Amino acid sequence: MNVIYFDNNATTRVADEVFEAMRPYFCELYGNPSSMHTFGGQVGVRIREAREHVAALLGCHPSEVIFTSCGTESDSTAILGTLAAVPHRRKVITTRVEHPAVLTVCRDLENRGYQVIELGVDKQGRLDLGELESHLDDDTAIVTIMSANNETGTVFPIEKIARMVTDRGITFHTDAVQVVGKIPLNLADSCVNLLSLSGHKLHGPKGVGVLYVRKGTRIAPLLLGGHQEGGRRAGTENVPGIIGLGKACELASRYMEDENTRVRTLRDRLESAILASCPDSRINGDPENRLPNTTNISFEYIEGEAILLMLDRFGICASSGSACTSGSLEPSHVLRAMGVPFTAAHGSIRYSLSRYNTEEEVDFTIDKMPQIIERLRELSPFVGQVTA
Amino acid sequence: MWEYTDKVRDHFFNPRNVGEVEDPDGVGEVGSLACGDALKLTFKLGKDGRIADAKFKTFGCASAIASSSVLTELIRGKTLDEAMNVTNKDIADYLGGLPEQKMHCSVMGREALEAAIANYRGGDTAKRELEGHVVCTCFGVTDVEIERVIRENDLTTVEQVTNYCKAGGGCGGCHGEIEKIIERIQGEKAKAHVPLVPRKGKKLTNIQKMQLIQQTINEQIRPALRAHGGNIELIDIEGDKVTVAFRGMCAQCHLAEFTMKDVVENKLREFVSDDIFVEEDKESVEEGHVHKG
Repeated sequence: MNVIYFDNNATTRVADEVFEAMRPYFCELYGNPSSMHTFGGQVGVRIREAREHVAALLGCHPSEVIFTSCGTESDSTAILGTLAAVPHRRKVITTRVEHPAVLTVCRDLENRGYQVIELGVDKQGRLDLGELESHLDDDTAIVTIMSANNETGTVFPIEKIARMVTDRGITFHTDAVQVVGKIPLNLADSCVNLLSLSGHKLHGPKGVGVLYVRKGTRIAPLLLGGHQEGGRRAGTENVPGIIGLGKACELASRYMEDENTRVRTLRDRLESAILASCPDSRINGDPENRLPNTTNISFEYIEGEAILLMLDRFGICASSGSACTSGSLEPSHVLRAMGVPFTAAHGSIRYSLSRYNTEEEVDFTIDKMPQIIERLRELSPFVGQVTA
Repeated sequence: MWEYTDKVRDHFFNPRNVGEVEDPDGVGEVGSLACGDALKLTFKLGKDGRIADAKFKTFGCASAIASSSVLTELIRGKTLDEAMNVTNKDIADYLGGLPEQKMHCSVMGREALEAAIANYRGGDTAKRELEGHVVCTCFGVTDVEIERVIRENDLTTVEQVTNYCKAGGGCGGCHGEIEKIIERIQGEKAKAHVPLVPRKGKKLTNIQKMQLIQQTINEQIRPALRAHGGNIELIDIEGDKVTVAFRGMCAQCHLAEFTMKDVVENKLREFVSDDIFVEEDKESVEEGHVHKG
């Protein structure tokens, strides 16, 4: 059975070119870039090139790029490293819709005596910038707000927020793992101090990420014990991962337009067809400001995990904000923060596309959705009275 | 991804006895849209007093649908007394087992069956009435239900109780109470699993007391306030006086006095020392601001 992969916000297929670029660094060019011999030293040159590719995609200077092991490490380093650098400040501001890589860190800080403000969002997942402004003060160490939400694709006005925050001398961090490669960035003209990205979200390998640190930003390292990454992140470099990420960034620049035209068209086609063919369905998120590849749709009266299993039988991969899929008992914290009713949150499905998706895949899914929804609604006690 | 047995997958993809029995003798409805799963069971008795027909309608995940399907298969042909002996374990066993976190699906089946039989015998209401007092306010689970899953499935940890009946799966504010129920029922058995909650010690040093107060606030109090959009900050500890400030929704809440006295002080007395008293630091309360729903 063919796999139709619509779960690209979870992870992506490694691009063939990326894999080929990585291949020599396992069994042939396996030297340690820190070594004095030519065999190891030559690898350092390749890492420098990879760093340049990342910097080109972000629109920053290569010295501002720190390679890490993943997006989560980048987030932790940004938040904890900033707090360590400004120990007299005890307040952290974030949002209720952050990825756990940020939210869990903030809640842990709260348990350790920091004051943590979690900004709410409106029904479409948008922030109130006035509320943010009212919380900024001399005690605030860092504001950390994601560039775009992984579940709904809602994009926040990061530049505006960054200017507001940094104007007051507060460090601003953004988790941009869902945005890099989908929306063009130019950090040279930006106020963002710190930005996290993850290799495997843009057709690079898993196990490598980047923390962008704007020149002049005060931050303490999280990992100690080596001079790598200019002393800002100790540990022997994940050479194949870094090479792969460099290649992935190079490709992302090339496919950026495709992402915003062809992929967007596919997403829109999938979304409007499903909304038209499945009654009692609705979009979660802000249709005006949204990632080009993401749609999150709620189906009333039925449960997300059941929908996913039905899709799975057709080889279609998606994800859900339902409680049952996560192993927790409550539905997605993002949808709840948006005030999506429980009824709709339990039946939410996220489709996240990539440049590898085709029109045929979209049409196949459009064809299968109505029968899946209808079948599960036949089982549901909440529509029984209507359809029976 | 969940590891479902072939039996679960079969009963999910090909559920038996879907629908509602016409002119039913008994109707049982449990769960709700908000909880994430719900089951409506209807049955009709034959002339021999045995269940001649049973059908279900279920809102929920694969294991909820499979459990409902199996339930109808299990009770067909049984007398009501025989059916009453069907436990959640029977349902799970028939399916070749369920993932631990999904055991509550089998419990929902058993509850619907009881509700339907009670409806037949009592005749008045199809909805299950709450027995006992509500322990878990997030999912509306009573002490009676918690006790029952502990006994029937020999549970010894809060996590297991959450897996079987959802209690404790929301804000976590009731974990202390669930532990006490487990201890009461399981006695020494439960003690083998040392739970990760603060424990009242005999004599505490100042440092230990402060840490215990902080831990109690972090684990027992804050989650409950958070669930209602609020928060708490520990300002100071002087002897037995604990000064706290309420944030977010709690700061403007008219019930703040009530919340503080009833929740914070009780919890601190329960877990730290009976001599603790709590004061609210009104000065550090933030300027009121409008929260959006």
